[in-house]
Amino acid sequence: MAQARLSRGEQISGWAFIAPALVLLGIFMIYPILWSLWMSFQVGKGMNFSFGGVTNIVRLTKDPVFIRALVNTLIFLVVQVPIMIVLALLAATALNDPTLRFRGLFRTAIFLPCVTSLIAYSTLFKSMFATDGVVNKMLMALWIIREPIHWLQDPFWAKVLIILAITWRWTGYNMVFYLAALQNIDRSIYEAARIDGASAWHRFWYISVPMLKPVILFTTIISTIGTLQLFDEVNNITQGGPSDATLTLSLYIYNLTFKFMPSFGYSATVSWVIVLLVAVLSFAQFIIARDRRADA
Amino acid sequence: MRPLAFASRALTYALLSLAAFVSVFPFFWMLVGATNLSSDVVIGKASFGDQLFANAARFFATVDAPRIFWNSAFIAVVGTVLTLAISSLAGYGFEMFRSRFRERVFGLMLLLLSIPFAALMVPLFVLLSSYKLVGTVAAVVLPGIASIFIIFYFRQATKAFPSELRDAARVDGLNELQIFLYIYLPTMRSTYAAAIIIVFMANWNNYLWPLIMLNKPELKTATLVISALTSSYTPDYGVILFGTILATLPTLVIFFLLQRRFVEGMLGAVK
Repeated sequence: MAQARLSRGEQISGWAFIAPALVLLGIFMIYPILWSLWMSFQVGKGMNFSFGGVTNIVRLTKDPVFIRALVNTLIFLVVQVPIMIVLALLAATALNDPTLRFRGLFRTAIFLPCVTSLIAYSTLFKSMFATDGVVNKMLMALWIIREPIHWLQDPFWAKVLIILAITWRWTGYNMVFYLAALQNIDRSIYEAARIDGASAWHRFWYISVPMLKPVILFTTIISTIGTLQLFDEVNNITQGGPSDATLTLSLYIYNLTFKFMPSFGYSATVSWVIVLLVAVLSFAQFIIARDRRADA
Repeated sequence: MRPLAFASRALTYALLSLAAFVSVFPFFWMLVGATNLSSDVVIGKASFGDQLFANAARFFATVDAPRIFWNSAFIAVVGTVLTLAISSLAGYGFEMFRSRFRERVFGLMLLLLSIPFAALMVPLFVLLSSYKLVGTVAAVVLPGIASIFIIFYFRQATKAFPSELRDAARVDGLNELQIFLYIYLPTMRSTYAAAIIIVFMANWNNYLWPLIMLNKPELKTATLVISALTSSYTPDYGVILFGTILATLPTLVIFFLLQRRFVEGMLGAVK
């Protein structure tokens, strides 16, 4: 805990330990953020720009590609993050049972996808989900579908494919956080609840979930940021297509800056949309977490 | 066992097995695909073929494998070492030398955690190109080494570092840096192991930033080159899947070597 007062030497040590990190953060984070804020009010192509006031913001509202990228990104966020968090929580709860056999095996298997490089798994998904590919064959053999699904060509299924891919890649990662936190909960609490006749569902909902609230909040915010920045998967599996159905904000910024004639001001404006979304959503998640605690 | 308990236990095993199958199947697919012709991969042939050596030969003929894997390894190792050094020093400093002002700095830093990389990409590109750093390894590595996430992680883990150890070391006449190097570092091995896994994987797999920064072919990483193979009009999946096996091996090996410590390290950080 905080000592009453640090000596002069300790004050100097304190700053010395954190100084390298602070200098780097200043150069590679604070400066770029301020620069992009200033830039988002500039208009022009390449390195020739001039002050344009709110021109870029007006352009945003009239840009159908931006609106589409925004809607796509929000769809990915709203559908994918809850599914993944719930799956990770359920898997962690099941694996936290000490009487379960093969726990280590299951845990390793479910965590394994995090080990793959984004490129490896993008390639794998692209080839597995080809129209004549192995996934359609399996689903048809199991009588789940009658005709092959056009995963990569159909705007709806392309979105589903991206959601499946991200969920596959990141569920195990989140699960490890929950597993670690669950192992810190005293087992006797569960025993007492069991003796009092609480069902498995009640033990999960009234013990595990409240105890894990800080970790759930942390992982939800991290996943929200990750999904709002979605780039690698869409760029490698679908290239944003078909007809922009999987275009995300990050991919659009990339296209604006590095593919088309660079429009730094406008792409800075789009990136501030992401910053604002992250800020609003993180704040909302904090508020929701706090409300629940007040109820309990 | 009561019937209901038995049924729920059976359901748990069934669902976990399904999850394990879904998680592992793509790895199996990667191995199978590397032994088959590209035309067999896209029609979902799920049995091993005899094309492994042909695919391998074409892979090594198409890409300069030693070069791209050396580039990847160099960037990943340098990035990991620097990130761990800078970020663990800071995490330790924030936790061990608390002052009101530094707490404010820490709080501000956590706010920065919510700034997505996409927002920094454009100004970083302009900044680095004005210093003629675009197309260098430094430009790929430098922006990531003060990682707020890893600083936060080390600060959390440092809470479990026994202060008696530090007091004893002070009595023995060690200065603060020596305490960090000779007492803290060896004590926190598990914490570092978990951090190595996270940071090494992130660096090894990094795609977007190297894609922007590394425009010269001789600096391109395995991730970039293999990704470029997939975007051709008729991708040769046998060759590509062989390449992805090679690209996945290092992270797989590191994970299995450090797995036990990884779980311990995560436990320490969440406490």
